[in-house]
Amino acid sequence: MRGFRLIALLLCLAALPLLAACGEDKAENKPAPQAAPAQAEPAAEPQAAPAQGAQGEDAKIGFIYVSPTGDAGWSYSHDVARKVIEEMPGVTTSFVESVPEGPDAERVILNMARKGFKAIFATSYGYMDSMEKVAKEFPEIAFMHCSGYKTGPNMTAYFGRMYEARYLSGMVAGAMSKTGKLGYAAAFPIPEVIRGINAFALGAQAVNPAAEVRVVWTKTWYDPAKEKEAAKSLLDVGCDVIAQHQDSPGPQEAAQERGVYSIGYHTDMTAFAPKAHLTAPIWNWTPFYKDAVEKILAGTWQHQALWPGLAEGTVDLAPFGEMVPQDVRDMVLAKKQEIVDGKYKVFTGPVFDQAGKQMVPDEQVAEDKDLLGMTWFVKGVVGTTE
Amino acid sequence: MEAALIVPLLAAAVQSGTPILFATLGEMFTERAGVLNLGVEGMMVVGALAAFLTAQATGSPWLGLLAAGCAAALVGGLHGVVCLHFLGNQTVSGLALTIFGVGLANYLGTPFIGQRAPGFEPFDVPVLSAIPLLGDILFRHDALVYLSFLLPPLFWLFWHRTRPGLALTAAGEYPRAASAAGLNPVALRWAGILAGGFLVGLGGAYLSLAYTHLWTNGMTAGRGWIAVALVIFAFWRPGRAMFGAYLFGGVMAFQLRLQASGTDVPSSFLLMLPYALTVLALVLSALRGRGASSSAAPAALGVNIEPEG
Repeated sequence: MRGFRLIALLLCLAALPLLAACGEDKAENKPAPQAAPAQAEPAAEPQAAPAQGAQGEDAKIGFIYVSPTGDAGWSYSHDVARKVIEEMPGVTTSFVESVPEGPDAERVILNMARKGFKAIFATSYGYMDSMEKVAKEFPEIAFMHCSGYKTGPNMTAYFGRMYEARYLSGMVAGAMSKTGKLGYAAAFPIPEVIRGINAFALGAQAVNPAAEVRVVWTKTWYDPAKEKEAAKSLLDVGCDVIAQHQDSPGPQEAAQERGVYSIGYHTDMTAFAPKAHLTAPIWNWTPFYKDAVEKILAGTWQHQALWPGLAEGTVDLAPFGEMVPQDVRDMVLAKKQEIVDGKYKVFTGPVFDQAGKQMVPDEQVAEDKDLLGMTWFVKGVVGTTE
Repeated sequence: MEAALIVPLLAAAVQSGTPILFATLGEMFTERAGVLNLGVEGMMVVGALAAFLTAQATGSPWLGLLAAGCAAALVGGLHGVVCLHFLGNQTVSGLALTIFGVGLANYLGTPFIGQRAPGFEPFDVPVLSAIPLLGDILFRHDALVYLSFLLPPLFWLFWHRTRPGLALTAAGEYPRAASAAGLNPVALRWAGILAGGFLVGLGGAYLSLAYTHLWTNGMTAGRGWIAVALVIFAFWRPGRAMFGAYLFGGVMAFQLRLQASGTDVPSSFLLMLPYALTVLALVLSALRGRGASSSAAPAALGVNIEPEG
């Protein structure tokens, strides 16, 4: 009967690693000017330091990340901008990484608010409700939430038009593919990811109308082994360029091992696959964060929903790999300029869905609200959004 | 799914089954000596980190492999101290070990996330890789996969044809009898924990040095738990462990390829398959014997050795 007891136990425990994997909350603080123990450790300080905004003291700006900053991915891209802000005069920053979405996030945000931070940037979708709740209690603090949609008198919702850069990377992939089959290792079927896949497919089809994009969902953001296996499965069905909406460079490795090309994501992933990496749609939060912090300190920031893109420099294309021929580079950079100048918009009709139904009328551009709630694939994408 | 995909699918099954196979054999070794160790997940992830850091520092994946085995055996040693000397509850101690191992690896490994280390590269085995079909499936992998092929037969020989194997089995079946025969069951169980832990560490090393050449927190992603389940599924037999590990790896590889070939089946359902299969296999193997599964288990598994007198 021991077998049965063990089985029951195992089933109960299957969920345990999930809990355990939540990991460490680590905090870094510059040595604070005052002697107070200024750790941003969420659990460390039950007492609330009185809010202080005395003259001559640095304005404190806080950042909350969902993953470690060393991951060369999403949180890393925000932390690069934080380090630039840190160098601004009269500003000191601190961050807390690996904060799970949910009650822990609220505690971290509240802790920063009580310590008198001037502005708090929370960079994961799941922080939205926690932030909204705290924002109502601290009307004098600027709350900046990335990738959500809720705004308030002191809360901004911001995100980047990554799909514009993905369209350009799709053009590169479409031009470099011999089979016309492009593979896309994707995390979760949510509008952000679906929008990116669609833009990538439209970019590829602009170069090669017959291009098709095969999608594999891993349901992970960062599992190198599984994401690499997903890329391999795409290579097995004949794809010869691998793109990804995942945080790990696993798919890049798979492409390099099989001697085909790849498109990175988040940051320049050349280091992981120098022979495969064509380019990558990347984040550059520095201009937006600098502008926001300057205006918040000057008291001129307007809280609203913001969606900056290529034109503002929030998203961009990583440098081309040396295998990308000059004519392809010229074509892609010309299109980039058109987007920056506002002469071209991705998702300009006619755009059809997988079944051939026209989703965007001729000559019209899909509205932002449709893009933000996108749950369908464009024609030429092979896969399901479920 | 086209027929041309079957060979790469089976090759992928072998590769994704390999880390689980190492961990399953390791846990089986420990359990055969009578110690239930639920810390596999934690030991595996510590092994993965030790392998990665050592390979990165020394440039040698083989040293990384050795470090992985030693680190996992060391963590497993905590379990030995608790259970063999303080007679602590083996279930609780094992669980604590998993939580400890995962936490330790996260703490030490976070600065290294996203970095690369030199690892094992695939190479074709001369002659054997030329065998049609079988060569493509089995003999175009890395050195660790080939090593894992040798283990199940060696284990079988060890348990059934050697004296130390018999002594270890005695410690798991009836420690008092082993004691009466002049053996030291506590020492034998220590051997089971350390050797088993070493193998579990190799499973972790496979993830960070061969499957990918990267480190990330939570790299094992539940594979250690699958290994614990597969020991039961395999009735503590090494050959069946191999079958079980490749079956699990195969279903995982299959669902990704099914998606890639363009299916309408929702991805959530497909992603559930490997885990659903594990549950099903366990239930079936438990139902099949009623007797069989419990009699296959070492009789003194999970029972501490009380001091005599």
